[in-house]
Amino acid sequence: ACSSVPQFCNSPTVIVMVGLPARGKTYISKKLTRYLNWIGVPTKMFNVGQYRREAVKIYKNFEFFKPDNEEAMRIRKACAAAALKDVSAYFTKEQGQVAVFDATNTTRERRAVIISLAKEKGYKVFFVESICDDPEIIAENIKQVKSGSPDYVDRDIDEAMEDFVQRIECYKASYMPIDDEKDRKLSYIKIFDVGSRYLVNRVQDHIQSRIVYYLMNIHVTPRSIYLSRHGESELNLLGRIGGDSGLSPRGLKYANALADFIRSQKITDLKVWTSHMKRTIQTAETLGVQYEQWKALNEIDAGVCEELTYEEIQENFPEEFALRDQDKYRYRYPKGESYEDLVHRLEPVIMELERQENVLVVCHQAVMRCLLAYFLDKPADELPYLRCPLHTVLKLTPIAYGCKVESYFLNIEAVNTHRERPTNVNINRDTEEALQTVPDHV
Amino acid sequence: MKHRSPSEQHHGKKPRVPAAAASASPQDGMEDKAPSNPRELTQNPLKKIWMPCKNGLPEKHISQRKVCMTNCPTLIVTVGLPARGKTYISKKLTRYLNWIGVPTREFNVGQYRREFVKIYKSFEFFRPDNEEGLKIRRQCASAALNDVRQYLTEEGGQVAVFDATNTTRERRETIIQFAEQNGFKVFFVESVCEDPDVIQENIVVSVKLGSPDYTNCNTEEAVEDFMKRIKCYENSYETLDEVLDRDLSYIKIMDVGQRYLVNRVLDHIQSRIVYYLMNIHITPRSIYLCRHGESELNVKGRIGGDSGLTPRGKEFAKKLSQFIQAQSISDLKVWTSQMKRTIQTAEALSVPYEQWKVLNEIDAGVCEEMMYEEIQDHYPLEFALRDQDKYRYRYPKGESYEDLVQRLEPVIMELERQENVLVICHQAVMRCLLAYFLDKTAEELPYLKCPLHTVLKLTPVAYGCKVESISLNVDAVNTHRERPEVGIKTHTLSRHTTSTDPLFARISFHVLSALCKHSCS
Repeated sequence: ACSSVPQFCNSPTVIVMVGLPARGKTYISKKLTRYLNWIGVPTKMFNVGQYRREAVKIYKNFEFFKPDNEEAMRIRKACAAAALKDVSAYFTKEQGQVAVFDATNTTRERRAVIISLAKEKGYKVFFVESICDDPEIIAENIKQVKSGSPDYVDRDIDEAMEDFVQRIECYKASYMPIDDEKDRKLSYIKIFDVGSRYLVNRVQDHIQSRIVYYLMNIHVTPRSIYLSRHGESELNLLGRIGGDSGLSPRGLKYANALADFIRSQKITDLKVWTSHMKRTIQTAETLGVQYEQWKALNEIDAGVCEELTYEEIQENFPEEFALRDQDKYRYRYPKGESYEDLVHRLEPVIMELERQENVLVVCHQAVMRCLLAYFLDKPADELPYLRCPLHTVLKLTPIAYGCKVESYFLNIEAVNTHRERPTNVNINRDTEEALQTVPDHV
Repeated sequence: MKHRSPSEQHHGKKPRVPAAAASASPQDGMEDKAPSNPRELTQNPLKKIWMPCKNGLPEKHISQRKVCMTNCPTLIVTVGLPARGKTYISKKLTRYLNWIGVPTREFNVGQYRREFVKIYKSFEFFRPDNEEGLKIRRQCASAALNDVRQYLTEEGGQVAVFDATNTTRERRETIIQFAEQNGFKVFFVESVCEDPDVIQENIVVSVKLGSPDYTNCNTEEAVEDFMKRIKCYENSYETLDEVLDRDLSYIKIMDVGQRYLVNRVLDHIQSRIVYYLMNIHITPRSIYLCRHGESELNVKGRIGGDSGLTPRGKEFAKKLSQFIQAQSISDLKVWTSQMKRTIQTAEALSVPYEQWKVLNEIDAGVCEEMMYEEIQDHYPLEFALRDQDKYRYRYPKGESYEDLVQRLEPVIMELERQENVLVICHQAVMRCLLAYFLDKTAEELPYLKCPLHTVLKLTPVAYGCKVESISLNVDAVNTHRERPEVGIKTHTLSRHTTSTDPLFARISFHVLSALCKHSCS
């Protein structure tokens, strides 16, 4: 009996958010869920507010949340229970590993319910509490996120703001933060003031340790991440994969265009990262600024297929070629890597991108697909087919709960290196079917 | 959400950012540069790193991804009463940082005190009303800080761990000012513990395992004196305070790692330090390291590849299974690489095991599956370069030991989290792991002896690691290649003169003498 992926956890884990409204719980929940899924831990988020919106079709006003509103209380309790039921179903029927239970969970009573359910079913529980009393941060949160909420779709910003503030008041009286004495047996992290301070108690296992590390590295300072491939390379022109060739004349043109583009963006304090391969370094050289080389950003290792054309791969390794089309994410080149391996080696890059502010990453097609999938929350089956053409810069800017993408093609022609999944992926297919989607080359 | 501008990251008081670090980054001055012609690139023959060059010679500016991204060095300051594990943490952290490539050194003030006051009489030295004692202790702290400054500014150190009690706010303020004057970042590591059992155990360790202070006392006397020593500090102890010290960067470790308070982590290296400290534990356990059983390519004298076990290799696997059972280890985790030979070895154990790709043997690139004689024939320059600097040398299209360490870091982190583990791996991989546990330098690492069919049992003890080497008595080829004895410059058999520049040296070809009989990886 063996496993090929290091086991992060044997029992499923429920991450329970705690905190008053507008403390970033949903932001953290979504981001954490995205990260865990990307590193290969099946995770799903359960937002109780959503259940409530389904139960009570129309939101009138904050009065719903008044502690003496018995009718509403009943509904809210039922919604939490329904969400917890779905959590169980996710674990038992859908092979989920982690569930993020996103709700205020501000009373000890509510948390006790979750703890006893988890105990009964053998789930681990890890609390994430966000504490913040800075009125500016809270006001900004409400503006950015709540005004766009389905609850306030027919109201203007000021009305929404006013109502939401009243909503928060409803929770305040009964809010019991996790108590360092009474709750010392629980596993939790308390995040104070958007990350300037953390209190961590009783981390039980590997996945909780990774979650803590991640939460301690993310920030909310506005910034942009620029992703680009190296300029067109000599091997690109020949339709050959991998290798370590230099830039073609057009590739060099792109490097100059990239320098102009970056200058025009007037970015403060830009960090520039490349791989260890000649083509990304040549591209970064024209920027005229310091750059760091990361071996982890090297292109996927195609093993025995390095520097071959797709036609040659089909000729020499037709079965491998077909297997790759069957499951491009998990397929590993003989003596090479898979996209799955790539994600694993890129994790420290993602962690450092989270810590940093403005960064330009000059990398490669497969690498860029992996990074993009992380920021745009793309699942494993879509990742290897994301479009990352040459000579195009993607500018990613976090907003609200997601990421804005702006695509800039710098007007320098280049070969197309994107190969779609062919129709026939059977190992018995003929050469024509295998080469159906190979892009043109010299 | 609130915008934290880099210079205004805290509420209230301005952060103590050392003046030296606040300089504008080169990127800010980009605006007016005309588009430049890209510099020529050349590939360093040893590390296979592409670097800009002029007239065939490399230019200084290469920026390799290093762990320590800050330009200013970091001063880690321990805080806590005696017997709270400060020295344990200091030594362990120093070992870890050095292993991942961050030049780090610890400075134990107690050691300075011992050099000054040759003979330790009793706890009375530490009494708060002992003026003479206080004067000496202050001088020792100053001397240590002076050495810190020299290490960080003149000797290329990146991190200094200042190991002392540092229990008063006044002492800490002195250190903070020292750091500010010199452009160092400061990160405090406080250990708080009230568990009497843990404290007792710590004292016994300090005392029994040869603290020079107590060489002439029996254990009981020593423990009694030590406890009185602790009392001397208790009254003036000012723990790091959530409010008063809110602008400092620190981690407070409570109750041997049950709970942590982390405040204002400033940069990458501090974040890594926090992550490491939060993953280590002191629960007794053992780590077993061994290689796969002898493989088909081993007996052919070929390196790398993905071959299966020879009959002797299979014999080893069986013996390993018996050995493990005889050890009666509770809750043993077994890890292998994703190469056939380690998996075959683990299979014989008949227990669940986890495969880690990062435990795969070093990638020898174009030299995969070659014999040393063949490498000498086809790539004599490469072969010689490897002997020049075996740690940093990267095989063409392959890896270096330095690369290996980087890819093994998550394994080390998980080993720290775990308890009893058996790691079945490969020669180069095992050397890297061993170097971490035994605090071996980069120079020694690639030459550590890790023979086939031998299990190393590592048990943490006091400040270090006990190693038991158990040969399972199954013959195997020797795959260890010693460091070639003769230097490159002056070897009498050399056929060429050489320059000392590692980038462009023409190397003497004497290495055949260093090949062992059955040359294997």
